[in-house]
Amino acid sequence: MLKEAEIRTFIDGATNYFETSAQQAASIGSPYLVTDGNPGTFEYTGVIGITGARKGMVYFTAPRGMLTVLLMRMQETDTSDENIKDLVGEVANTISGNARRDFGKNFVISVPLVIAHDADKVTAPHSRSYVIPINWRTHSAKLVVCLE
Amino acid sequence: MDDGPKRSLKLMIVDDSNIIRRRIERSQQIARLEVVGAASNGREAVELFRRTQPDVVTMDLTMPEMDGVECVQELVAINSKVLILVVSALADKATAVDAIEKGANGFLCKPFTDRQLNDALEELLSEA
Repeated sequence: MLKEAEIRTFIDGATNYFETSAQQAASIGSPYLVTDGNPGTFEYTGVIGITGARKGMVYFTAPRGMLTVLLMRMQETDTSDENIKDLVGEVANTISGNARRDFGKNFVISVPLVIAHDADKVTAPHSRSYVIPINWRTHSAKLVVCLE
Repeated sequence: MDDGPKRSLKLMIVDDSNIIRRRIERSQQIARLEVVGAASNGREAVELFRRTQPDVVTMDLTMPEMDGVECVQELVAINSKVLILVVSALADKATAVDAIEKGANGFLCKPFTDRQLNDALEELLSEA
């Protein structure tokens, strides 16, 4: 179960990512709780497994269009599928890693697992997940936090 | 007395993300740095380090096979004079302190702007 302040940590992480990497702020929607174990995905998903003091996972999921523009904002001209997958994993890794500022060193994050074009492979480890909607330019993405 | 132009320093980039490796390579605009190689995990980095003998290394921490802190220790054991800038998303103080204690010289938190990266590298090079 996540506390309100803990959800704020992930909102701040998402906000900071777009402000710094894309130099263009994202608008963060109201977080909501999903209880059916299916928080949903877009085309590309970067999954970070969490172990240590907390257990579960954090994932960032986004459509190709958003990730392509984000790469371009980072001055990257190679928008191949490989780089799109790399980026979605890096966003998930960065937001999860930044969460250690508040959660501490025992919030242990895995290397990213990237899932593309196969939404069924992304399964939440618990039925309850918090979804943080992220709107950037004309695109929508989600940060999903599922922790014991 | 004029010592003449300073020799350029060799830079190795270590990160499991290709886009971060390319970003560091692209944005490092310090005339004294020449990129001599890039590695995607700690094990590969140690091998490349022995071969290319860089003066400066940017080092990710969360990587497959061998993590960045272990890699920092190995590189410092090979050459204690190497300058290592850790570039990581792990934002807790304990991790930064641990990396510095193991031999890193600076810490830059991801995400970063080009300016933040260049400032961190400049600060690192002021120790050279």
